[in-house]
Amino acid sequence: MRALLPVLTVLAAIVALWYAGAVWMNSQWSYDQAARAGVEVSLTEVVAETMHQDRPVLPAPHQVLAGLWEGLFGQKITSKRSLVYHGWVTLEATLLGFVIGTGLGILLAVGIVHNRAMDLSVMPWAIASQTIPILAIAPMVIVVLASLGVTGLLPKSIISAYLSFFPVVVGMVKGLRSPDAMQLDLMRTYGAGAWPVFWKLRLPASMPFLFASLKVSAAASLVGAIVGELPAGAVAGLGARLLSGSYYGQTVQIWAALLAAAMLAAALVIAIGAIERVTLRRMGMAR
Amino acid sequence: MKDTAASATTVIDARGVGLTFETGDGPVHALKGVDLTISRGEFVSFIGPSGCGKTTFLRAVAALEHPTEGTLSVNGMSPDAARQARAYGYVFQAAGLYPWRTIAGNVKLPLEIMGYSHAEQDARVEKVLSLVDLDGFGKKFPWQLSGGMQQRASIARALAFDADILLMDEPFGALDEIVRDRLNEELLKLWARTGKTTLFVTHSIPEAVYLSTKIVVMSPRPGRITDVIESALPRERPLDIRDSKAFIDIAHRVREGLRAGHSHEE
Repeated sequence: MRALLPVLTVLAAIVALWYAGAVWMNSQWSYDQAARAGVEVSLTEVVAETMHQDRPVLPAPHQVLAGLWEGLFGQKITSKRSLVYHGWVTLEATLLGFVIGTGLGILLAVGIVHNRAMDLSVMPWAIASQTIPILAIAPMVIVVLASLGVTGLLPKSIISAYLSFFPVVVGMVKGLRSPDAMQLDLMRTYGAGAWPVFWKLRLPASMPFLFASLKVSAAASLVGAIVGELPAGAVAGLGARLLSGSYYGQTVQIWAALLAAAMLAAALVIAIGAIERVTLRRMGMAR
Repeated sequence: MKDTAASATTVIDARGVGLTFETGDGPVHALKGVDLTISRGEFVSFIGPSGCGKTTFLRAVAALEHPTEGTLSVNGMSPDAARQARAYGYVFQAAGLYPWRTIAGNVKLPLEIMGYSHAEQDARVEKVLSLVDLDGFGKKFPWQLSGGMQQRASIARALAFDADILLMDEPFGALDEIVRDRLNEELLKLWARTGKTTLFVTHSIPEAVYLSTKIVVMSPRPGRITDVIESALPRERPLDIRDSKAFIDIAHRVREGLRAGHSHEE
């Protein structure tokens, strides 16, 4: 209960600000409408009106929630208007991209830690890859792969993996190098080769670092999948909902899709956190 | 020249061993002209101020450092070959137990790497844990044990395979004096029971005199041996032997040796 109070206070402040913003940003349209009709409107009428416009500049929280509810539970989940359907399409690409990105990230980290040439050469490229805006890369990936006959899930997942491998590389390099000189010397006194040092020391020592990276990379995977849905003029996925919403000025639809994406990201991070707790407790590393 | 009978019991033989580290500020002479012979079953303490090379010598025996001059042999082999032959167990200043392994899992670590069978591993873990008085603690994780118990577990880990040399680098340096006294007493019993040749690095004069059959006094810049004292104390040593005349005499000679090594700096 005590932990809940600050959370609710912050939430209440955000909602209040949001309502204030909705009134402020949507009132212009109300005044314009009234001026066009040649009538005078009072402030209370304007405020009431800003709460339920069809295409508000900033939809009020209750409109977004209603849109979200309608999208999630208002129709069959196979419907083209269902956020469950679109969410699943995006989640599929996100999960595949997350798996590819994490696998690639771990492989690169292992290479960087064990091979001097990779240590000197890979990291600058990995960093450079992240400085290029994903919005510039995404259309090229889609177009190139489409010309090779690859469409659908994979191109989106590759864009998703492009964003998610990086935190894993950085975290795992740090994690695999976390054993101190004494722990490494101990292995040397046993005459242990690189293989046992990796399996019995470096890898277990890197686990806390891996989970921290996975939380970042899961969220990045989702962003990548959504961005991957934009340039193809996709018909399905949360990205497609965002895109069609902006084409037709359906701001409520945009905000509902954004909220759904945020909930999805939160669910992914919470799920990884749960796996982390179970794993580290089983390894004896959580107290 | 040595006769053949003596060489059969010689475990460690250092002749003119020198070790120089090249650093940014020029060469550092960690060891210079070290001559030392250690026989099977001895308990040898190395004592001296920081920088005297006592830890470096231990690491050279373990082939963690390599001498730049002279010859060093362990069990009649080069230190590298001796390591491959599993000649020694090493106990570091900190217990260094892996937090993700139980105590039993930690003791098992060298056995897994050296390829012992599972049944053999379990049997050995049980045996060495009881040797260091940790029966029943195998399933605990390191953080559930006190510092002294963790260091005992790390000694068990060094004893788990059949190395006949035990190298200990200030193993009790981080522990309080009461725990330290008890562990010293237990270490002596352990040494008596296992008969392992033990090389023990320490800062503490009473610890060195209480434990050792031979005390090597060292001094820094360059790291060298200034005195080697053969202890006349009996092998059976209760804690109160530290009040005896013989004990105090040896401690006095160690202190004189340490002072002599320092005098040229003042």
